[in-house]
Amino acid sequence: MKVCFTSTGATLDSPTEERFGRAPYFIIVETGEGSFEAIQNPYADGAGGVGPKAAQLLITHHVKALVSGLVGGNAREVLGTAGIAMYTYNGGGPVKDAVDKFNNNTLIRS
Amino acid sequence: MKLAIASGKGGTGKSMVAANLAFTLSRTRQVTLVDCDVEEPNLYLFFPTPAIVTEVTVPVPVVDENTCQHCGLCGEFCQYGAMTVLPDRVLFFPELCHSCGGCMLVCPNNAIHEEQKRIGTVVISRPLPNLKLISGMLDTGNPHAVPVIQAAKKEAAEDPLVIYDSAPGTSCPVVETMDGCDGCILVTESTPFGLHDLRLAVDVAGRLNIPAGVLINRSDGKDQETLGFCKDLGLEILMTIPFNREIAAIQSRGNLLCQVQPTWQNAFTGLFTKCRDLCKGD
Repeated sequence: MKVCFTSTGATLDSPTEERFGRAPYFIIVETGEGSFEAIQNPYADGAGGVGPKAAQLLITHHVKALVSGLVGGNAREVLGTAGIAMYTYNGGGPVKDAVDKFNNNTLIRS
Repeated sequence: MKLAIASGKGGTGKSMVAANLAFTLSRTRQVTLVDCDVEEPNLYLFFPTPAIVTEVTVPVPVVDENTCQHCGLCGEFCQYGAMTVLPDRVLFFPELCHSCGGCMLVCPNNAIHEEQKRIGTVVISRPLPNLKLISGMLDTGNPHAVPVIQAAKKEAAEDPLVIYDSAPGTSCPVVETMDGCDGCILVTESTPFGLHDLRLAVDVAGRLNIPAGVLINRSDGKDQETLGFCKDLGLEILMTIPFNREIAAIQSRGNLLCQVQPTWQNAFTGLFTKCRDLCKGD
């Protein structure tokens, strides 16, 4: 299953990013295999409406779950309608810590 | 002649200057006063009188889900994220839409048409024989001020002497208000915040090629920094209004300084003469 983690950088050691629409990178992890792909967020510096745009990007990449700190109302509506589950991870730890917590089912659904 | 009143910083006295200038000038000529601070218009408070209200609407897209093939072109086109296309439906966020009509043009299946959505009102009254007051009023919760400002300005398009009271700041509503004006009064106060935002407002007026002068309000006599800034940039000080408890009291009761203390009419007439020279480029 493809799970997206919002990140400040392109690696699993990069600190996580709390914002969704303006996250610099989306790290998409294939949870069964542990492989991942880093996508630079083209909307990170956009003027407005970045939440729905970023959500559309996750839909295009067939993501099934999102782990982030803050997901705004518009993005939440798009993700919810598309059936993408949202989980909260705060504190700015590295992406690999968020991946471990997701795999251990210790993250809370938002 | 079209004159904008702007400030940068909020609360410096734009509306006070606009209301008193319009009141004073209306004693000798036709004046139109336009409240372009559509998010919180307040000039009508100084001129309570019956008014005619007209609605302001903007076109927004409506998707026919039976015709739509969910190809996603509208969502890709929209720069504001207002259209999100899922495999089986389209989500539309009206508060993000800028009414550009692009989604309708790029749709290959003609599945999008436009419908009018109300975003505010324009309220017109004649509080004095020579004074026409036009207030743009944005509906609560609506984020798009510019179309309401455009509608309010349109009502004054043919009038000979128009004073536009701007919103504070330097963003789209201020640019829309200043655009097409012959001159601009920048109302400031002698505080670090007032001077900081005055610099920004001067920059906007300059980029729009609109001649600007400065009015110092609530002056405590320690205006050296502001005066220095204006001297360096060649900005004329059009008027200085002192920090005075009685002026504040008159204003806070919803009264007009120039009506309660008619001697102030001379000062505002003088302000207008300077503005006219400013607009001519003298």
